[in-house]
Amino acid sequence: MRTTSRPRGSGAVRRWNVGRLLAWVALFVIIVITLAPFLWMARTALSNNRVLFTEPGSWLPVDFTWGPFERVLGSASTEEAQAEGGSGASLRFWAYLRNSVIVSTLITLGQVFFSAMAAYAFARLRWPGRDKVFFVFVTALMVPPVFTMLPNFVLIKNLGLLNTYPGIIAPFFFMTPFAVFFLRQFFLGISREVEEAAMIDGAGYFRIFFRVILPMSSAPLATLGVLTFINAWNEYFWPQLVGQEESVRVLTVALSAFHSSTPQTGPDWAGLMAATLIAAVPTMLLFLVFGRRIVNSIQFTGVR
Amino acid sequence: MATAAPTAPAAAGDDAPAPVDNPRPRWRGGETRAALLFVAPAMVGFLAFFAWPTLRGLYLSFTDYDLLTSADFSGLDNYRRLLEDEVFWNSLWVTLKYVAINISVQTFAALLLAVLIHRLTRSVVLRGIILLPYLISNVVVALLWYWMADYNLGVINEMLGWVGFDPVAFFGDESWAIPTIAMVNVWRHLGYTALLIFAGLQMINRDVYEAAAVDGAGEVRVFFRITLPLLRPVMALVMVLTVIGSWQIFDTVAVTTQGGPVDATRVVQYYIYDQAFNRFDFGYASAISVVLFLILAGVALAQLKLLRADESDQS
Repeated sequence: MRTTSRPRGSGAVRRWNVGRLLAWVALFVIIVITLAPFLWMARTALSNNRVLFTEPGSWLPVDFTWGPFERVLGSASTEEAQAEGGSGASLRFWAYLRNSVIVSTLITLGQVFFSAMAAYAFARLRWPGRDKVFFVFVTALMVPPVFTMLPNFVLIKNLGLLNTYPGIIAPFFFMTPFAVFFLRQFFLGISREVEEAAMIDGAGYFRIFFRVILPMSSAPLATLGVLTFINAWNEYFWPQLVGQEESVRVLTVALSAFHSSTPQTGPDWAGLMAATLIAAVPTMLLFLVFGRRIVNSIQFTGVR
Repeated sequence: MATAAPTAPAAAGDDAPAPVDNPRPRWRGGETRAALLFVAPAMVGFLAFFAWPTLRGLYLSFTDYDLLTSADFSGLDNYRRLLEDEVFWNSLWVTLKYVAINISVQTFAALLLAVLIHRLTRSVVLRGIILLPYLISNVVVALLWYWMADYNLGVINEMLGWVGFDPVAFFGDESWAIPTIAMVNVWRHLGYTALLIFAGLQMINRDVYEAAAVDGAGEVRVFFRITLPLLRPVMALVMVLTVIGSWQIFDTVAVTTQGGPVDATRVVQYYIYDQAFNRFDFGYASAISVVLFLILAGVALAQLKLLRADESDQS
């Protein structure tokens, strides 16, 4: 009679059950469809592009080689690259990787810190107009990014910040409505007693913020940080508008440029997949470390 | 906990002067000053990159602006032009098709996946796995599927060949391009959407299921009679989130088909981008953005009304 699904849903609850078996099969199929493309990406990235066509259905690399990685990272010579079916054009994915790291890190630090400051004022301090200002902040969630991106482009251009890190970072650096909302929610839950004890000890608001609120919220701050970093890492529309130049080009923009420059006949699929893998791996690593947090944070966004 | 319940958003805020029971009146002035300092950086960002551009975008939609010379006020010209612009109407139609395919498949599959997980396992690892595609960039996802769906060498066509089908130009065929892009994005968002629904499933009181089990109700009956009705508020929110996201499809199109073949994938946001950055017609692009904004607002309102998101069946 117990239908409360136990962990692992052990067959003991309802022994042999066709429905349950079918359910597991369906789940398994979905997992295969989810993971197979990643395998295909890796398999292609380790293949020799020139002979890729000989085994288009094999799940193993065709003529295994590190060549695709070497040529997109710029460590293969033009001849080596062309021998394995690359175009020979110079690719500098180390540099794009560096740009992505710089841009995403700065966005994460700025956004989380400034949003935390604002969230503290909205959650813990009393001041005239507080709730109205907060409401206006949250309304910004409704405005579709494309609507603000055109005028933002004009602003960044007029400020002379096109093709600079500050130009790519600026719109995300100070806040996003979501970050403020997310942190305020956590700050509201902190007990007043701790704060008041600190006040009695003569601590000011800044001291309380840095010594009490931030340390007590390290878990949500880390979660928000990881989510912000991943979003910044994956952003394409904005950096593609303001950061086309090689010196500040981030991975997403570089990938798209690589794709449009690779020849239509005989494209360098292996190189392209090696490059996409380079773009995908850092967020995957973050996910390995912070997976549980990210999964649980979705619970939070789901019920907002 | 005696003085103030910390979870209550202190409704006394706003313009109300120091309440009588305030235990620390001498911090008042300092508190406001400190608060303003704390909000200042975020406020700068908000005004510069959210509020001001929203107003400016609205203004630009009434101007003729090519980025080089200053914006000339042109009244409703852009909007009049919209009415007669067949490419614009086509882009709306294309986007609508995309949203319809994307959302119907995705919502159905995600609901199925969420229920499967909910009934079968508590594994966080499994939930992590299904979330993986959502964590990689749209650009990566688009290129990966562009390769897998390639006409000559793609593994999908190879597999179609094994079962005797002719190869399909998934991205190159006018009638296939939008369904293909829609399905690519279903792949990316499926796990995320399922986890949102899963969160809703976890909020349903377990007693309800136990009662149903006592009554001898089967899985299917329980799903349609109990789970689905109780899930409606969550489904409404999930639908609002995903439909609004879906309308803003851009990255996948920009990386793969760039609006083609012909105008088969020229979705609204790509058309906006095209007008602004290829034709330098910022005023017109802004007008289209305004229309997109209005559509999204309308979609959100209509959905919340239709699905009665604010009313929960669980009392």
